[in-house]
Amino acid sequence: MTTFIARRLLFALVLLAAVSLFTYLLFALLPTDPAALTCGKNCKPELIEANRVRLGYDKPIYEQYAQFVKGIFAGRTYGTGDIAFTCPAPSLGYSFNQHECVSTLIGKTFPVTAFLSLGAFILWMLLGVGTGTLAALHRGKWQDRLTSVITSIGVSLPTFYVGLLVLFSVVIWLQWLPFPHYASPTENLHDFFTAMILPWITLAVLSAASYTRITRNGVLEAMNEDFVRFGVAKGLKNRTVIRKYVLRAALIPIVTIAGLDFAALLGGAIVTESVFSLPGMGRLAIRSVTDSDLPVLVGTTLVAAVFIVLANTIVDIIYGILDPRVRLK
Amino acid sequence: MSNVPLLSVESLNVEFSTSDGVVHAVNDVSFSVHSGKTLGIVGESGSGKSVTASSILKLNTGITASTCGSILFNGKNILGVDDKSIRAIRGSEIAMIFQDPLSALNPYYTIGNQIIEAYKVHHKKVKRTEARKIALEMLHRVGIPNPEARIDEYPHQFSGGMRQRIVIATALINSPKLLIADEPTTALDVTVQAQILDLMKDIQRENGMAIILITHDLGVVAETCDDVAVMYGGRIVEKASVQELFNTPTHPYSFGLLGAVRSLDNSARGELQTIAGSPPSLLNLPSGCSFLPRCNYADAMRQQCSSSVPALQNVLPTSSSSACHLRTESLNVLKIKEPS
Repeated sequence: MTTFIARRLLFALVLLAAVSLFTYLLFALLPTDPAALTCGKNCKPELIEANRVRLGYDKPIYEQYAQFVKGIFAGRTYGTGDIAFTCPAPSLGYSFNQHECVSTLIGKTFPVTAFLSLGAFILWMLLGVGTGTLAALHRGKWQDRLTSVITSIGVSLPTFYVGLLVLFSVVIWLQWLPFPHYASPTENLHDFFTAMILPWITLAVLSAASYTRITRNGVLEAMNEDFVRFGVAKGLKNRTVIRKYVLRAALIPIVTIAGLDFAALLGGAIVTESVFSLPGMGRLAIRSVTDSDLPVLVGTTLVAAVFIVLANTIVDIIYGILDPRVRLK
Repeated sequence: MSNVPLLSVESLNVEFSTSDGVVHAVNDVSFSVHSGKTLGIVGESGSGKSVTASSILKLNTGITASTCGSILFNGKNILGVDDKSIRAIRGSEIAMIFQDPLSALNPYYTIGNQIIEAYKVHHKKVKRTEARKIALEMLHRVGIPNPEARIDEYPHQFSGGMRQRIVIATALINSPKLLIADEPTTALDVTVQAQILDLMKDIQRENGMAIILITHDLGVVAETCDDVAVMYGGRIVEKASVQELFNTPTHPYSFGLLGAVRSLDNSARGELQTIAGSPPSLLNLPSGCSFLPRCNYADAMRQQCSSSVPALQNVLPTSSSSACHLRTESLNVLKIKEPS
């Protein structure tokens, strides 16, 4: 098991190195001059050149990349003398649009995304696995048909539409909630929840739809397994059979997809954050695109990639825990 | 031994409604088993033998299944009892083992966990350590070498034959009065097959349980069974003792089956006989005898065979019964006409 984990982690590191390299190539590939982006339209050429040297854009791309990687581990100081400033490790670059270290920007926005993702994830897992199991156990009856209709609607609706619909109906039309204004939970718990509850529900309901389907199919498939019939033939209670035999078998594909979905969400729930004006990482990323804020774009992409790779690794390890057949290979 | 059978199934009918129509899986099936005896149920795939067996434990629980008739076990009608009572019977008085030992064990738990679970579900007050001891004894009994070391291993760490032994250990942990074995050796190779069958017979000799053995392997039947019921198209077409089935088969389908077995007699003739055609769809069974389209003997009787379903009747001078319109007097003729 230890070597299994070690091998997985090593592979993850290699993958991340490759991702960081390709992301960084953005600097070289985009037709814009990164130094020219550091100040407004009417910028003096001297200032652009000064910034170019200060931020290291005068060096060849491989040297820039090397400095970028070094910065991640050792932090990075830009410029010299009085105007020098430092982004401590892990430095992901310096945003010349927002005049802050990228790591600071991500550090500010990430908790919002993390809270959003975690809450939605818990809700949709409960909802999806719950209704999926219910539908499978009542296969062909009205419970099954109803969930089938609802999930069909759920999987085909886009987030921005449902988000706006929820926002409109609950906040503007029914006025049950004030317009969401995010506050961190330590700052103002009430504001935090009023801002989070709608995005949570929106994300959860939409994602739950596909989980309901996966769970339903998984449970139905598992119920045909010989070992499930053997479990029933032993005289076990239905509840025990469902929990220990059926759900256990159905859980494995769910874990895979859940891990990846959760990780993708951690990388920034771009649409949801935009609709509900949450200052999360998704909005940071999308803003960096519209502003051509290359360091932020690279930073957020890299962080998102880290989550995906990490989730893959964790899913693999959970696999090993859930399924003894994987563990020993 | 008393003359009251341990299990008697009377006019069992099982139907499944599907989107294509009603599947008549089991039609008017009756048989009985005595303690200490082994009944073989033979037939092709789709002849209704597994569904018959599952009915005894009420395992055909899908909403689309409807079962009628009566299944008397120890004087109790199993079809009439509620969920709780049937759970108390499952695994404790009637145990069942399935065809594929590779998939019959839950891959996510150790074998010990599963055997102990099977014991504890019917002995709730027994401590786990005590149950573990009993499980170890049982594993030893079914021939798992070094059970102390292996009880905490997972099913995939065992070979197919070992897994079937574990399945048997699990099924027999509560000393059931009846064991239903649904093709217990089909997935195993021949030497392991013999070992598993021997094991089942040994345990039967020790504790006097009854066995219902479902199989399509007549060799297995010859070796292990006392009585045989041959199923075709969801019906029993012949009921006989093992000796009589092999020596004086009374139904054309049984002839066909025996002709398809390689034995010292017919291997001399070179080719194995096959029964031309395929089994009937249980979705729309013919109004008459369902074997008619494949029957070589119907000739003059065709009118009768296609209009009415033959009932099981004793065929003298044997003690077998056969569901065929051709009667005793024709039996010797049949023997002669058997295609060679």
